[in-house]
Amino acid sequence: MAEVKLTNVNKVYSNGAHAVRGVNMEIADGEFIVFVGPSGCGKSTLLRMVAGLETVTEGDLFIDENRINDVSPAERNVAMVFQNYALYPHMTVRGNMSYGLKNRGDSKEEIEQKVIAAAKTLHIEDFLDRQPNQLSGGQRQRVAMGRAIVRNPKVFLFDEPLSNLDAKLRVQMRIEIKKLQRKMGVTSIYVTHDQTEAMTLADRLAVINNGQIEQMGKPIELYKDPKTLFVASFIGSPQVNLLLVQYDGKFLKSGSLEIGGFEGLPIAEELVLGLRPEHLRIDDQGKLTMKIDLVEQHGADNLIYGSLEGAKNEDGDDLELCLRLNQDQEPSIGDTIKLSYDHSNALVFNKETGNRLI
Amino acid sequence: MLKLSWHAISGHLILILGAIFMTAPVWVAFMSSTHSAETLFREGLQAWPGGHFFENYNEVLFVEGGVMKRVTASMMLWNSLLLGIGFAIGKVVISTLAAYAIVYFRFRLATPLFWIIFMTLLLPLEVRIIPSYEVVAGMGLLDTHTGLILPLIASATGTFYFRQFYKSVPEELLEAARLDGANAWQFFIDILIPISKTMIAAILIIMFVVGWNQYLWPLIMTTNEDNYTLVIGIKQIYQVLSEGGELPQFQKAYALTILATLPPVIVVLVFQSWFVKGLVESEK
Amino acid sequence: MKRVQFSHSPIPYLFIAPQIIIICIFFLWPAAQAIYQSFLLEDAFGLSSQFVWFKNYKDTILTDAWLQSAGFTLVFSFLVTFLSLALAMLLAVKANEVIQGARTYKTLLMWAYAIAPPVAGLMGNLMFNPLIGDLYYFLNAMGWDFNHKLDSFDAGFVVILIAVWKQVSVNFIFFLSGLQSIPKSVLEAATIDCKSNLRRFWTMTFPLLAPTTFFLVVINITYAFFETFGIIDTTTGGAPGGSTSTLVYKVFTDGFRGNDLGGSSAQSVVLMLMVLALTVIQFRFIERKVHY
Repeated sequence: MAEVKLTNVNKVYSNGAHAVRGVNMEIADGEFIVFVGPSGCGKSTLLRMVAGLETVTEGDLFIDENRINDVSPAERNVAMVFQNYALYPHMTVRGNMSYGLKNRGDSKEEIEQKVIAAAKTLHIEDFLDRQPNQLSGGQRQRVAMGRAIVRNPKVFLFDEPLSNLDAKLRVQMRIEIKKLQRKMGVTSIYVTHDQTEAMTLADRLAVINNGQIEQMGKPIELYKDPKTLFVASFIGSPQVNLLLVQYDGKFLKSGSLEIGGFEGLPIAEELVLGLRPEHLRIDDQGKLTMKIDLVEQHGADNLIYGSLEGAKNEDGDDLELCLRLNQDQEPSIGDTIKLSYDHSNALVFNKETGNRLI
Repeated sequence: MLKLSWHAISGHLILILGAIFMTAPVWVAFMSSTHSAETLFREGLQAWPGGHFFENYNEVLFVEGGVMKRVTASMMLWNSLLLGIGFAIGKVVISTLAAYAIVYFRFRLATPLFWIIFMTLLLPLEVRIIPSYEVVAGMGLLDTHTGLILPLIASATGTFYFRQFYKSVPEELLEAARLDGANAWQFFIDILIPISKTMIAAILIIMFVVGWNQYLWPLIMTTNEDNYTLVIGIKQIYQVLSEGGELPQFQKAYALTILATLPPVIVVLVFQSWFVKGLVESEK
Repeated sequence: MKRVQFSHSPIPYLFIAPQIIIICIFFLWPAAQAIYQSFLLEDAFGLSSQFVWFKNYKDTILTDAWLQSAGFTLVFSFLVTFLSLALAMLLAVKANEVIQGARTYKTLLMWAYAIAPPVAGLMGNLMFNPLIGDLYYFLNAMGWDFNHKLDSFDAGFVVILIAVWKQVSVNFIFFLSGLQSIPKSVLEAATIDCKSNLRRFWTMTFPLLAPTTFFLVVINITYAFFETFGIIDTTTGGAPGGSTSTLVYKVFTDGFRGNDLGGSSAQSVVLMLMVLALTVIQFRFIERKVHY
C-alpha cells in the first residue's frame, strides 16, 4: 500500500517538446486516480514517468516518501496494464503471469500459488495453459490484469486498458476493475480519454490539458464546479452547450438574444455561457426559443437537438443546442419550443483566459 | 459444368509453358543421369528414366578414382552441407545480436556503426575478391572452413532482415518486460528470440541456400580437392569432360548436378511458405 | 528508432562487436586494400611496388577490352533485367488469377530459386553441347548456324538465356506477393469501372506494382552485375575473345589469371563506384515514395 507524490514534475523530450509542465499531485494510499484529457495532452507520459518508462526531466517522484526518479521500473514495485496488453505472445498465460516473479527470484511453489490465486480472482484459471492468441479480447485483458496483480504491487498503472474492447465488454470490465481495486485497496492511476470511464472509475479525477493539470477533484466536483472552460466542456456527455456572449451590465447578449439575471460580470468582454443539456427544460414562459432538428431516443431519456433562435455561433450560423428530456417528453421534429434554464447551474467563463467567472 | 473463358484458358496455357520452361532443364538433367554413357552419346539427352540410376549415383557418391580421382561426391556433399549450415547459423547468430544492439539501444557510436554495416550491403564480395583472398591467405586461413565462412558472413543482409523485424515488435513488450524486471540479456533471450522464431527459421533456410550455392569465393579459397563443395566440384568435372579422350561421362556430370541441386531444392520446397515469407517480408 | 531503449551501458557494444569485427577484418580491410592497390604498380615478380597515382586506372579503364566489357555488361544487365522481369510479371499475374492449380504453378515456378547460378550454367552448357545438346541440334536444324564457342552473338544468347532462367523465380515470388498485397476490393472496384482485362492491368495492377518493380529492378541489376559470375564462368568463360565477359568477370580474370593486381584493383574501385551510384538512385526513389 502506498502513497504517491509528484512535485513539480516536468518532461521535455530531446526534440524540445514540453510534454508535462510542472505537475504537482498527492495521491493517498488506496486511492483510484484517473488522468483524463485529449490525446497528446501528456497524460500517458505522466503515467509512464511514474512507471519508470520515461525519465523525469525535472521534479521529483515519490512512492511512500522514497524518491524513485532513478529507481529502475522493476524495482519501483509498480504494475502496469497496457493498452494493447503487451502479453508475451510465445508464453502461456501462466508463463506471462509468472515471468516477473521468476525474475524477482520467487520460489517455484510461491509463484504457482500466487498465479493460481490471481487467476481465480480474475476467473481465468481455465486458460492458464493457453497462449495469448488462443484467447478472446476480453480474456487477454484479464490476463494483462492478472500479470499486474500477481506481483502484489504498491501501485497499479493502467494505460487506456479498455480501449481495444467492444462497447459492451468495456462497461463490464470497467465495473470489474473498480470492484477489484476496491477489494485489493491498491493505489491506482488510470489513464483514459473517455470521460464516462473517468467519471465512473475515479475517486479523484485529474483533467490534463497541454501538459498541465487543469483541475483535480472528485468527479462530481469537476462536473458541478469546473474551474475552466476546458474542464466544463471535457466533463459531461453530451457536451455542455456553449454560447458566445457579451455582458452589457444587465443582459448577456448573443446576436439578438438577451439573457438576464446575471450580475457583476465584466462589461463588453467576450464571455462564454455554458448550459448543460440536463439543466434546460421545456417551459412555456421560458425566454429561449428553439427549433427542433433531431430527436434521439436513448430509452431512459431523449436528446433533443435544434437551433437557438437569435443566437449565433462564431461562424454566424444559428447556434446548435442540445437538451436532455425524460423519455415521456418527446417533442417532434420541426416543433418550436420555449426553454428555461436553471439559473444556479449556469456557468460563465472568460473566453480569453478560459477561467470561470460564475 | 466447368465453365472456362478464353481468358482463363490462355492463363493456364501461359502458366503451363512457364512451368515447363522452369522445370524442363532440370528434368532432362535428372533423367539423363539415369542412362548409360553410350546412350547419351548415341541418342543425346533423355526425357525418360533409364536403368542406370543406382549404378551412376553409387559410382559418383562413393567410388574413388573416378572422374574426380580421389574425391567422391559424398565428401563434397559433406563440405557443401558444412558451408550451408555454418554460413546460415553464423549469419543468424551475428545478425540477431547486431540488430538487437541497433534497434534497442541508444549508444554513442550507434550511427557510425550502423553506416559501416549498411555499407557492406552495397559492395558484394565479388568486387573486393582479390584483396579478400590476400587477407585470408595472410591469416593462414586458406583451405579452412573458418576462412571460407567468415568473409561471406561479413555482408550484413541478415542484420537488416532482423532490424526490420525488431522494429515491428510492439514497444510495449519491452516496457512490460522491464516492469517484470528483465535485463537487456533476459529480454533478448526470453522474449525477443522466441518471438522471432519464424523469422529465424526463414532466414536460416534462405541463408542455407545462399551458402550452399556459393561459387566464386570457395572457388578461389579452396586449393585442396578434399575441401571442394559440390558446386565447385562439378565445374571441375565438366572441365575434365570436355578434355577427355574417352567416351564422355555425361551421365555422371548430370548425377553430380542433381546432387548439387537436390538439398537446397528440398529445403525450399519443404519450407516453402516460411521461405517465401522470409524472403518477401525481410526485403521491405 | 524505438521510443524506449536501453541506454548508457557497454552492453550494446558487446552485442554488435562480432559483426563489426568481422566487417573490419573481412570487409573494410580488403576494400581499403583494393583502393590502395589500385594506385600501385607491381613488378612482374611482385617483389617491389611503386605508387603510380591513376596510371592503373588509365591503363585498364581506357582500354578497348574494358570498354567492350562495360558495353557487354550494360547490354547484358538491361536484357536480363527486362526479360526476367517481364516474364516473371506475366507469370505472376496469371498465377494470381487462376483458381485451379494455383499452388502447383506457384511451386513449379519458384523452385528454381534454389539452384546455384553456376549449376544452372552447367546445365545450360550441356543443353548447348555440340555432342549431346538437344538445343544445339534444334537451333541448327532451324537454320541458325549456332555455335556459342565461336560466335559472340550466340555466346551472349546462351548467357542471357540462362541468366534470365535463373532469375525468373525470385522475381516471380516478389511479384506474386506484391499482387497479393493489393486489396481485393480495389481490384473489384476496377472490375466494375473497366471491362477490358488488358486495360485494367495497365491502369491498375501495373501502377500498384510499381514499388515492387522498382525494388526488383535494383535487385536484378545487382544480380546481373555480380551473381551471374557463376553462369559466365561455367558456360562461356568470357569467350569468345572476352565478348561475354562482364566487368566482374574481368576483375577476376585480370587479377587471378593475368596477375595484374593494380589493374584489377582499379577495376574493382570503378565497380564499387558504379554500385554506389545505383544505391544513390535507389535512395532518391525511396525518399520520393515517402512523400506520397
